[in-house]
This record gives sequence, C-alpha cells and structure tokens, in this order.
Amino acid sequence: MSVSPIRDEPTPVKWAIVALAVIFIGLFILLPLINVFAQAFVKGWEAYALALVEPDALAAVRLTLLVTALSVTANTAMGLVMAWAITKFAFRGKSFLITLIDLPFSVSPVVAGLVFVLLFGAQGYFGPWLIDNGWKIIFSWPGITLATVFVTFPFVARELIPLMQEQGTNEEEAAVTLGAGGWRVFTRVTLPNIKWALLYGVLLCNARAMGEFGAVSVVSGHVRGETNTIPLQVEILYNEYQFQASFAVASLLAVLAIVTLVAKTVLEARLNARGRGH
Amino acid sequence: MSFHFKHAAAAALVAALAAPLGFAPVARAADVSLLNVSYDPTRELYQQFNKAFAETYKAETGKTIEIKASHGGSGKQARSVIDGLEADVVTLALAYDIDAIADKGFLAADWQKRLPDNSSPYTSTIVFLVRKGNPKGIKDWNDLVKPGVQVITPNPKTSGGARWNYLAAWAYALKHNGGDEAKAKAFVGSLFKNVPVLDTGARGSTVTFTERGVGDVLLAWENEAFLSKKEFGDDKFDIVIPSLSILAEPPVAIVDKNVDRKGTRAAAEAYLKALYTKAGQKIAAENFYRPRDPEIAKEYEKVFPKIDLVTIDDPAFGGWRKAQKTHFSDGGVFDQIYAN
Repeated sequence: MSVSPIRDEPTPVKWAIVALAVIFIGLFILLPLINVFAQAFVKGWEAYALALVEPDALAAVRLTLLVTALSVTANTAMGLVMAWAITKFAFRGKSFLITLIDLPFSVSPVVAGLVFVLLFGAQGYFGPWLIDNGWKIIFSWPGITLATVFVTFPFVARELIPLMQEQGTNEEEAAVTLGAGGWRVFTRVTLPNIKWALLYGVLLCNARAMGEFGAVSVVSGHVRGETNTIPLQVEILYNEYQFQASFAVASLLAVLAIVTLVAKTVLEARLNARGRGH
Repeated sequence: MSFHFKHAAAAALVAALAAPLGFAPVARAADVSLLNVSYDPTRELYQQFNKAFAETYKAETGKTIEIKASHGGSGKQARSVIDGLEADVVTLALAYDIDAIADKGFLAADWQKRLPDNSSPYTSTIVFLVRKGNPKGIKDWNDLVKPGVQVITPNPKTSGGARWNYLAAWAYALKHNGGDEAKAKAFVGSLFKNVPVLDTGARGSTVTFTERGVGDVLLAWENEAFLSKKEFGDDKFDIVIPSLSILAEPPVAIVDKNVDRKGTRAAAEAYLKALYTKAGQKIAAENFYRPRDPEIAKEYEKVFPKIDLVTIDDPAFGGWRKAQKTHFSDGGVFDQIYAN
C-alpha cells in the first residue's frame, strides 16, 4: 500500500480533480457512444433490424469480415516472424527493421491508400500489366485488404517484441540443448510464453482492421454493395439522409469497440498476472 | 492452464477461416452487370432510374441486368476511373472531368458529340438554399461577400458542383464590373473568405448545411436544393434564385476501353439512351433535374423557375478545357485567391 501525496491534498481539491476526469470521459467518450445507440434506435427495433439486413449493409459486413480475416491472419503470421527475427537473432540493420515496422503508425492512412493506387492503379507501375491479365487489385477486395494489412501491420509485432526481448533466449537455448527441433521449440517454449501478448496484439489489429476508414476509402472505389466496408457504408448512408440506418450500421462498430474493450481488460489482467515469464 | 488459450486461439482460427469461405464475394446473379460511376448528388436519381431501366431491359431483351453505382465528388470520381475503377459508363458533373478520362485514352476525344444535347440528357443550375425566412436577407451573389455571412460550398478542386458555383459567381462579378477580371477575382476571393468548410463533394456540403446546421447559405445544385426541402420539409429552408446563374450540363459517356474489355458496350449504350426517352426524362424531372425533352419540360415547367443563365461556352469562359486551366489547375485563379 503506497502512500500517495494526493492524500495530503485538501478533500475539495481531490474531488474536483476526480469530478473533472469523470466529466471529461463522460462528455468526450461515453456521451458520443450512447448517442450512436440512441440514434440507431430512434425509430425502434424494427427499423434497426431492417437497416442491418438491407442488402448493401450486409454486403458491407461480409466485405469487412473477409478483409479483416485475411489481414489479421497475415499480420499475425508476419508479426510473429518479425518479432522472432528481431528478438532471437542478432543481425545488422536490426534497429532499422524495428523502425520500418512502426512506419504505418506514422504514415497518414490516406497516404497508405495512395501508395497502393500508385503501385497497382491503371496509371501505376504494375497497373497496366494487371489489367491486361485480368487482375483486379485496386477498387476491389484485394486492394482493400492490402491497404488494411499496411495500416494494421505494427500491432502484433509491437506487442510481442518488448515481451520477447525481456524474456531473452535462455529458455529456447535450453530446449535446443535438450534436443528439441525448431518447430518444437516454438510451439512448446516460445508460444506458451507469449500467448497472451499475441492475443492482445491480434485483438488490437482486429479492431483497427474493421474500423479503418481513410486508407480503405482511397482504394475502395465506393461501388455500392461491392467495395464498401462498414465504415464506408456508414458514411454513404449518412450522406443519403438515412441517418437512423447510418447509426444502426455504426452501432456494429460501436459494439465491436465495447467487445474489444472488455477483452482487452481481461487480457491485460492475464498479462499482468502471469504473462511475463513463468 | 493453457487450454484457455487453446480455446481462444481455436475460436479465432475458425472465425478467420470461416469468414472468407462463408462470405466469399457472391457470384453475379445477373446476366449483364454495368458500373455507373457518377457524381455526388445523383444518388436518388440513379437509384430510381436503374430500377426502371432493369425492368425495361428485361422486358426487351429477356436478360437480367444489374447496375452498380459509385458516387462521389466529380473530379475525384474521374480520378478513380483514370486509376482503374472499371466504369462502363460515367455520368459526371461537367464535361472537363470526362475530358480528363479521355485524355488518358479511356474513351474517344469526341465523346461529347456521340449523344444528343452535348451528351447531357438533363441540365441543372446553381441556386441558393437559405434557412427558413432568409434571416440574413440573401437575394443575390453580392449578398454572399458581406461580412458575417457564412457560405457553404464544396471544394472546386474535387467537386463539379463547386466549379459551377465558382463560375456562376465569376460570371455575375464580370457582368457587374464591366468585364473587369481583376475585380471579378477580388469578388470571388471575398466570397471564398466567407466559406468556413470546404467538403469534397456536393452531398457533403449539403449535409454540412442541412443536418449539421453550419452556415447561412448553401450554394447548391438546383436538384440538391429541391431534395433538401423534400427531405427536411418546406418549413426548414427557402430557395433563393439569384439574378444570374450558369447552365450546368452534367454529361454522360461510355468508357470505350472498359466496355470493350468487358463486352458490355451494347448494354451500356442502351442504358445511356434510355436517359433520353420520355420515361427517363420523367425520372430526371421527378428528381429535380431539368429535362431536355420539350414535352416533358413543359409538363414540369412549374417546378423549375426561369433563370437568366450563362453557359460555359460563353466567351468569358471559352469552354471547359480553358475554364479548367485558367481557374482550377495548379496555381490557377482559385489557388491564388484561396491562398490569400
């Protein structure tokens, strides 16, 4: 039980600070969230359900699930590889690689989208060849997936690297001396050590992949019922005076946010309890 | 205790694998599929027209047709087609945006001569939408440069409607300053000083003005102004007709390169021609676009007020290519006045 200096503050000051924090969170986070649901249900349950089963909305949900599944899978695999390479081996250019992993965090999503247009668009480097051979990347689900992979790339690696660095290579080395092969070392030693951090990274990656707007907007083409993800569909409905439907679809993302928040809290507890070493 | 993790991991894996399998993009149900890449305010027009066209097409050819639509700022949409969005037809806000696509070899340079009326099956113009009762007393373009009047318009760089807005203001300023371009530039400059937000497309601006309640006057497509009154009720907004405006001709065209690759030319031609039929013209008029067909125009003449209109081919502008270069290119007049 640490004695904090706050306890010496006069009670009114303490309460004022607490009240300020609560009011701020209420106004800037809770109120908008509640408002999403209030607007979504403003015409009742039936209108809410109708908005969600509308064909274009369903197509947006399907596309979002597809894109998220592909990009989270890719980034989980690549995040593991990156973290493994960086923390278990010594090589030249390591810090440069770490900087590169963080690049998507510092690049604006719009730029991330434009990069793919410049690469794969009809006027881009590979565009003409792709079009001649019947490949559709930009303005179709592969382009949307690429943009999402780019934007959500750092999440898994970023969660794993500090933990794996802290854990070092002693346990792996011990396993190797005892005769374990590479795969066995990974599944029996490394994976159990990092599992909660890995799940935590996947969770954040998933939330961002579903909610990404900017990069996806650039490469989407906004074809109704075909290349609109949930966030893009929300914007379209809003721009078509269908405010209730717009908020109904937005509520799906809000639910996702809440689920993420709860899962995050659970995972954090796990991580603190026993994630760091055995 | 690692089974907790295994459960979670297994569930995640199943979800990850099932989603693409179960939700893989559905195979096309229709015999023919067209993509219409259009500008911002035509959403309601083409929703209605596409449905009607699909029924006629089925009756005439026995084939089912599916029309996909994409909407956004006209310049931005042109850019997407140039970058490879596979539009069979483009229905944009102004001829220059289709010229830009033609310049990249997607369609013939003389595209605008291929269909009647400059390839514009309907026309529109720019009017003012003000709050009910017109509290700021806005009657004409010169009221927009007064201090304390907030004007809402989208960005002329990305929006077709905004370019028509800008040119209509320019025409008014020229007329009232004896053709003095420096004065016209100062006038349009002070108008844009009164603009608090520049959305990328016309619909974004309309929502900013109507739903978010920003600004005193919206420079709007006539069809957007009518639609806002219809959506929000007559008791919310008034339409103000300025003394002078511009004849906006939103053109339509087939994108040769795309239809030839996809084999959809016949369907795309039928689609655009249907816009000129009586039924197509009626749908345009019902969505507040001015019909070209004299008979339908007469039928709806009470809806559309008579306005003094200049055209883009007026010597003051010299056609879209010249107007685009002078006013909206990099470093053009708009950049000069907006930077100040």
